[in-house]
Amino acid sequence: MINSSVLQGSALPVIPLRQILPWALFGGLLFLLAMYFIGVEEGAMAVFNGSYVHEFVHDGRHLLGFPCH
Amino acid sequence: MGSLLLRGMIAGLIAGILAFGFAKVFGEPQVDRAIGFEEQVAKAKGEPEEPEIVSRDVQASIGLFTGVAVVGTAMGGLFALAFAFVNGRVTHLSPRTTTVIIAILGFIAIYLVPNLKYPANPPSVGSPDTIGYRTQLYFGMIVFSLAALAIAISAARQFATNLGAWNGAFIGIGIYIVLTSLAGYMLPSINEVPEGFPADLLWKFRVASFGIQTILWAAMGIIFGILLERLSAKPAR
Ligand SMILES: [Zn+2]
Repeated sequence: MINSSVLQGSALPVIPLRQILPWALFGGLLFLLAMYFIGVEEGAMAVFNGSYVHEFVHDGRHLLGFPCH
Repeated sequence: MGSLLLRGMIAGLIAGILAFGFAKVFGEPQVDRAIGFEEQVAKAKGEPEEPEIVSRDVQASIGLFTGVAVVGTAMGGLFALAFAFVNGRVTHLSPRTTTVIIAILGFIAIYLVPNLKYPANPPSVGSPDTIGYRTQLYFGMIVFSLAALAIAISAARQFATNLGAWNGAFIGIGIYIVLTSLAGYMLPSINEVPEGFPADLLWKFRVASFGIQTILWAAMGIIFGILLERLSAKPAR
């Protein structure tokens, strides 16, 4: 559909879904977990006790737009 | 796939570093002012001072850097996964064009629209009692916005075959706006700005947050595109 000769250039080969899936599952989980620790941990939910993680990333959490406080 | 993912994460990390620079200069002064307001209110109420678990200096330097850099890297990884799914299936464009399109759509669907409904708030805005509820609503809005985007794209592709790419795209944009407006209208609003909180501070904080996310998404799309352009110049493996 979105197809224009000007924008085409050298396209990358299509990666088969079978090849993407394991990376998507493993990587996707890891990335979402990383975001969870910055954005949510020790706020709405908590894996650890205390509030060190929350306090350490506090400014980033607010400025990135995650709900906090 | 591994090298694609790695490039996404590198692009995300660089974007995170750039966004950190902006956050440090334009965001931190607002966070400081907001914390000052919070302390004033607490003092006026006669509440005891809260113990500092992490010093303000650490929060505003490596704390902020860690937050923005980790989120940037993780976003870059997810960006690469999205690229792998879309490339050659939904779009047939050069890597650079595709990454810029993903960045624009991702910025709108994941940050801009959800933040119009539930905007970023500085410290002291927001009651600790409602954090669970607010978090659910915020992520719910992001999920809904992404679902609306998926519906809009698939509709745009269907209409494009008969009506042309432009008309298809307009229909897709229309569907996205209608669906997200509906969600915004039906979901509950949150207003927990405390009495006397400076309006200009709230505005400046939100502008800073907007700037950080704009830099994050724009830099990620552009840098990832450049890195992929190099990959496609090499012989395929
Ligand atoms: Zn907070």
